[in-house]
Amino acid sequence: MSHFDDGRIPPEYSSYIGRKVFFLLLLTGLTIFFFVLSISLGAVRIPAIDVIKAVLGQSQDARFQIIVMNIRLPHALAAFIAGAGLAAAGAAMQSILRNPLGSPFTLGISQAGAFGAAFSVMIIGSGVMQSSQVGAVTISNPYLTTIIAFIFCMLASMVIVAIARLRGATPEVMVLSGVALGSLFGAGTMFLQYFADDVQLAAMVFWTFGDVGRAGWSEIRIMGIVVLLAVLFFIYNRWNYNAIDAGDETARGLGVSVERVRMVGMIVASLVTATVVSFLGIIGFVGLICPHIVRRVIGDDHRFLMPASCLTGGVLLLASDTVARLVLSPHVLPVSILTAFLGAPAFLYLLIRRRIK
Amino acid sequence: MILSVKDLCIGYNKSLVLEDLNFSVDPGDMLTILGPNGVGKTTLLKCINRILTPSKGAVMVEDADVFRMGAGEIAKRLGYVAQKSEAGRMTAFDAILLGRKPYLRWKVSDYDLKVVDSAIRHMGLDHLALRHIDQMSGGELQKVCIARALVQEPTVILLDEPTSSLDLKNQLEIMRTIKHVVKEHNIAAVMTMHDLNMAFRFTDKFLFLKEGKIFHHGICQELKAGIVKDVYDVEVEIITHNGQLVIIPIGTDSLN
Repeated sequence: MSHFDDGRIPPEYSSYIGRKVFFLLLLTGLTIFFFVLSISLGAVRIPAIDVIKAVLGQSQDARFQIIVMNIRLPHALAAFIAGAGLAAAGAAMQSILRNPLGSPFTLGISQAGAFGAAFSVMIIGSGVMQSSQVGAVTISNPYLTTIIAFIFCMLASMVIVAIARLRGATPEVMVLSGVALGSLFGAGTMFLQYFADDVQLAAMVFWTFGDVGRAGWSEIRIMGIVVLLAVLFFIYNRWNYNAIDAGDETARGLGVSVERVRMVGMIVASLVTATVVSFLGIIGFVGLICPHIVRRVIGDDHRFLMPASCLTGGVLLLASDTVARLVLSPHVLPVSILTAFLGAPAFLYLLIRRRIK
Repeated sequence: MILSVKDLCIGYNKSLVLEDLNFSVDPGDMLTILGPNGVGKTTLLKCINRILTPSKGAVMVEDADVFRMGAGEIAKRLGYVAQKSEAGRMTAFDAILLGRKPYLRWKVSDYDLKVVDSAIRHMGLDHLALRHIDQMSGGELQKVCIARALVQEPTVILLDEPTSSLDLKNQLEIMRTIKHVVKEHNIAAVMTMHDLNMAFRFTDKFLFLKEGKIFHHGICQELKAGIVKDVYDVEVEIITHNGQLVIIPIGTDSLN
């Protein structure tokens, strides 16, 4: 039975959607630009055309080919994949927990993953700790490390979901719970550090600074697959997240199984976080601020919010990593220091804005 | 009969909140569920929509059992307007398009867009179609929520206190809108309300709940002061003004 058969497709709406699609194309262009720029800049400057040739395996200069394929390209790919994954996880968490302050970092899930990864490397022996600048931790069994990190991420996620279900659990309460969880897992990591020898300790401290430079091709492959599948999953659920944004009861009235969407969404977001954290360490705030930047431009509609958050997260981490490599050259700063400098003021701004509202 | 509720019992923690509820609604009917706070009006509405599961009984929509349907199938037959809806940074058009969720596949079809456009015009929201709903007034947002339920193309629309927290002008406008769409599309509306005058002004049938049971169920013209007194423990006088029932509590409560 159709109640409404006199409708038309409003041209204003079509052009409104067109503007959102244009924004996504713009972000895609920015991604390509920063990708080339990031690979181009460094101790050895490589012209953009040579970057493209080297990526396609057609560079005339063997030196460029080696630098691009062995150092810069994995670096840039790791930054983009991690940024995209964390931003997608943040956007999903903000929706399914209906909490604008939600992200893997602010809810303590990253810290749980870091503890799990450290536990796996130190106690179970899934990696080798060295105290050198590059490759402080060499993961000999990346699957085991990710699985252990995932288990701890899930543990933290389930606590957060349980708190979210409590009546009157405001976003601030949940972030405070995240602080508590972060402290708990931070203490766990310190406990491990206490029993570590000097070399392990130095390596662990260095490892707590999230850095995209420590991922090799095998880690990038795993991260890439996990993040791609997770992003596709989040995009597939875009209408479910839009429905939950309208309120749990409205969502149920629209046929959404809210509890299941929430639980599975948190599991997938935790898996992304665990994968990124176990390979790169904790990279904070990307998952929090990227969805908010995007929301301001194209709104809360997850059809566009999700892909745009991914691209923004990827671009932000790519750009941050490029700056981190160059700002104190020849020293390379871990990118997490830069994202914290960018993200902490943005986080405070969001808190204050909520209070004013 | 478009909706029938049979022997419905609803309980929390082993104690029954509502028991042995039986009633039905015809196409074009507007039924208001009334009763004191906490009697279970919202619970009943959620149970009809299977947001809550009853202890026993059945809810039939066009002779199909709601408790044997998938969630998507229920959403195609029953539209639900919750008491409180969140307003995110989304246009009215997109917020209403969300009502097509039970029908949507990977891509939004032209038909989906046309249904939303038509609903927007029927609800008089044309000028607000591309405005973000977080910038709308309570009345405008409520209209968006009703339009969202309507584009589900339901046969019954359930509304949980549709006029709460609205000013008098918006209350009247929303009730007129609901009545208009129910009659125009020959669907049924079941709603909960506290305002007896608003309920009896706009709806056809009423159902009073008291102590977990249906206390009285009938057409609005049958309302007697004694029923209101028994349900709310308040003395009222019922008068007819311009052909409409007006319920006035007896007694003076002036400041002097």
